Amino acid sequence: MSAWESVIGLEVHAHLKTRTKMFCRCALEYGAHENSDTCPVCLAHPGALPVANRRAIEFTIKLGLALGCEIADRAIFARKNYFYPDLPKGYQISQYEAPLCGPGRLVVPVDGGEEVVRIARAHLEEDAAKTVHAGGATGRSVGATASLVDFNRGGTPLLEIVTEPDLRSADEALRFLRLLRQTIVELGISDAEMEKGTLRADVNVSVRERGEEGYRSRWEIKNMNSFTFIGRAIEAAVRQQVAAHESGEAVVQSTYDYEADTDVLTVHRSKEEADDYRYFPEPDLVPIEPPAELVERLRAELPEAPGTRIRRLEPLVGFALALELVSTGNERKAELLAAAGLDWREAANVAMNRGDFLPENARALAAILQANVTREALDGAFSASAQRPISPDDYLAQAAVGDESELAPVIDAVLAANPEQVETYRGGKEGVLGFFVGQVMKETQGKADPKVVNRLIRERLAP
Amino acid sequence: MIDTLRLTAEGAKDLLERKEVSGDELFAAYLAAIGERDPELHCYLHVCEDPGGAGIPIALKDVIGTRGIPTTAGSKILEGYVPVYDATVATRCKEHGLRVLGKTNTDEFAMGSSTENSAYGPTHNPWDPTRVPGGSGGGSAAAVSAGLAPWALGSDTGGSIKQPSALCGNVGLRPTYGTVSRYGIVAFASSLDQVGPVAKTVRDCAFLYSVIAGRDPCDSTTVESPEVVLPAGDDLKGLRVGVPKELNEHEAIEPGVRKAVEHAIELCRQLGAEVGECSLPRSVDFGLPCYYLIAPAEASSNLARYDGVRYGYRSPNSADRLDMYTHTRDEGFGDEPKRRILVGTYALSAGYYDAYYGQAQKVRTVIAREHAQAFENFDVLVTPTSPTVAFELGGRTADPLAMYASDLLTIPSCMAGLPGLNVPCGLSEGLPVGLQLIGPQFAENALFRVGHALEQAIGFDFVPERLR
Repeated sequence: MSAWESVIGLEVHAHLKTRTKMFCRCALEYGAHENSDTCPVCLAHPGALPVANRRAIEFTIKLGLALGCEIADRAIFARKNYFYPDLPKGYQISQYEAPLCGPGRLVVPVDGGEEVVRIARAHLEEDAAKTVHAGGATGRSVGATASLVDFNRGGTPLLEIVTEPDLRSADEALRFLRLLRQTIVELGISDAEMEKGTLRADVNVSVRERGEEGYRSRWEIKNMNSFTFIGRAIEAAVRQQVAAHESGEAVVQSTYDYEADTDVLTVHRSKEEADDYRYFPEPDLVPIEPPAELVERLRAELPEAPGTRIRRLEPLVGFALALELVSTGNERKAELLAAAGLDWREAANVAMNRGDFLPENARALAAILQANVTREALDGAFSASAQRPISPDDYLAQAAVGDESELAPVIDAVLAANPEQVETYRGGKEGVLGFFVGQVMKETQGKADPKVVNRLIRERLAP
Repeated sequence: MIDTLRLTAEGAKDLLERKEVSGDELFAAYLAAIGERDPELHCYLHVCEDPGGAGIPIALKDVIGTRGIPTTAGSKILEGYVPVYDATVATRCKEHGLRVLGKTNTDEFAMGSSTENSAYGPTHNPWDPTRVPGGSGGGSAAAVSAGLAPWALGSDTGGSIKQPSALCGNVGLRPTYGTVSRYGIVAFASSLDQVGPVAKTVRDCAFLYSVIAGRDPCDSTTVESPEVVLPAGDDLKGLRVGVPKELNEHEAIEPGVRKAVEHAIELCRQLGAEVGECSLPRSVDFGLPCYYLIAPAEASSNLARYDGVRYGYRSPNSADRLDMYTHTRDEGFGDEPKRRILVGTYALSAGYYDAYYGQAQKVRTVIAREHAQAFENFDVLVTPTSPTVAFELGGRTADPLAMYASDLLTIPSCMAGLPGLNVPCGLSEGLPVGLQLIGPQFAENALFRVGHALEQAIGFDFVPERLR
């Protein structure tokens, strides 16, 4: 098994957060009544013509710049022809030979190194409408008595990012996807929420023996909309392909469906879908020739990339905490507290565990955190700090009880009242410690200094 | 008494301005003419109720989408389809007070050269009802010629305005690609389709062009065009007229047509133009075959939307989705669209794209360059519009290639995106002969100037002899 290596490539689709659709002026609203956001263009009435959404083009260029892609001097839209009821024109307007964004890369920081994922291209297209199959047991077209189409989604601007097959494990793929998602969200170009379908991925998986050059037949798993299932589907595909190769069975290049219940991939059968999309340049649209000034303006608007920020924080708080801070969006809070004098590591921990606060309160909060105040006082300070400017003096008076002579009787009483838990602790389950601390805090109305309580309990229960 | 056979749009405008007739009377006069002669000619697929208004009536080819008025493109697959929006050209006509008389017959999806491919039956040539009016816009051309409309709009992909205008004795303009909006026009081949006017005189044609031309935010391929100058002069001094020999000496050109065209060329000289020979060697040999790759390829994609899902015809004989597509398209499309969808699908298929569609696009560039070179020495080029006069109904229906050859001389300049004007230049066998004037991009005004001067010099009577 260890002789095998996975080869994974991704095609990531993100709905762009424009006000209107890609080629018409219909509004994009989540949850609008079925078929209310439609017009002759997105319903493909005879004679209707597309007009490209300028903002969607700018968003795509922005993403391209963030991934270090070459921005095309001349990009063209192309028609991808196939029949399906959710594709009213009988073709999807996409980009084929001349995408807006050419080769680039995303560097995914990991502890003690980095994973470089090459981006093959990123282009702009329109999403299809949504088909609902009614009357069948499975919700699929087989056995359905009616197919209903909601054209509200049809024509939503869709950004497609295609990677090279550079990913080597499900974990690597998920790390890449999470960082890419964050990059997209921080650019303000998409909400990129898998649960809402505004972020989807097609996953291409193959395996080969370690050291082998070239690629073997791959499976394509389409329209995945959950990080968990993407990871599991990759692992299932690898498992099934390795088994096939090892038993000498053929691995046939095809589209597969991941069945979450059985954790197995099955071939996606669709007799009428040929793979010949008869691409040709869309004659109803003119080529996109982004002016250099526009590209430079968009470049100047780019925020600092999440990967860069992780690397910047790493020496201060360590890799794991840096990654956590950046990927949860808590780094700004940590920065404020650290700038106000708090130790970086403590600032990071506080930022991870506490809610947002007004930046002007950072100094007061740092002072309160550095003093030994009660948990109650701390909770009060943080909840107030989100609403209005606070004064440290209001909280510093509520110092925590750290006096051993005052705490010792309370601790002894708690231990005496809970002999079973004491046995459990002595049996090796140190998690019970939290229970004792909690009890002491309760008895002291939250005034005890948890650090001191912790130490005292440990001392008493030591063998 | 309004004589719709003789009345030009300009004449109608005068009558209205002098309040000699009202808009309603004018409209009624055309409805009466339609009632009298359309049963024989079948120019109209739909005649409108009087929409009210004070302007000049107009007929629109049935590929032009009109809100609330059925628009079929001559196809069964759009039977009963009523657009929910107006094509930009229809909007512009209405903004100028023009009143829509009705929708004129066309080959199905504008695919044809005789209007015989209409699912609703052919149109007859007003000069000789046993003959075709040309196509695809035979309905518009015949209606103008027979006094059933003072002017009309057509659409031209490879000659569908110019060729029927030639066969019916009208003035017809195919404008520079991109000067007139295609928004709302039932698409045939997007990179070639252009809407243009059909009229009795060059001045009417120029005026109607000024109504419809101009950039449209709904059509990304449109551009702003130069202001239209209504032609008034009657000389051609200082003008350089080129005679491309391959398009004037082609073996398919009938002697009567050649004679009338040579006479027109001689008149150019007499009017003061400098006339010289030039050559477009590849345009004639390769224009037609390349057109019949590019146009069907685009059509195969443009016609994919007629699937029975949202509007138009849906076959009742379908068990499932795939069945619905198959039967709807099999029963809804006639032979010519099917033929072109097949050819076009093939030309775009993987493994064939480079050899067919890709190669045809390259040749198209060669054709455009060849024309551009000719315009380094000449202001306009002249050729026959159609190699023949109007042919017998049914004469070419059995042989698609013979039908395709009807557009031999109009296609090259269409492929190059250039404007072309048909001006009647005489009769052969009692039937009109058309002269094709081709200009560089955006040179419509030059075409109008030459067309107008020749029109005055030739003195062609646009009323069909049998109706005089």
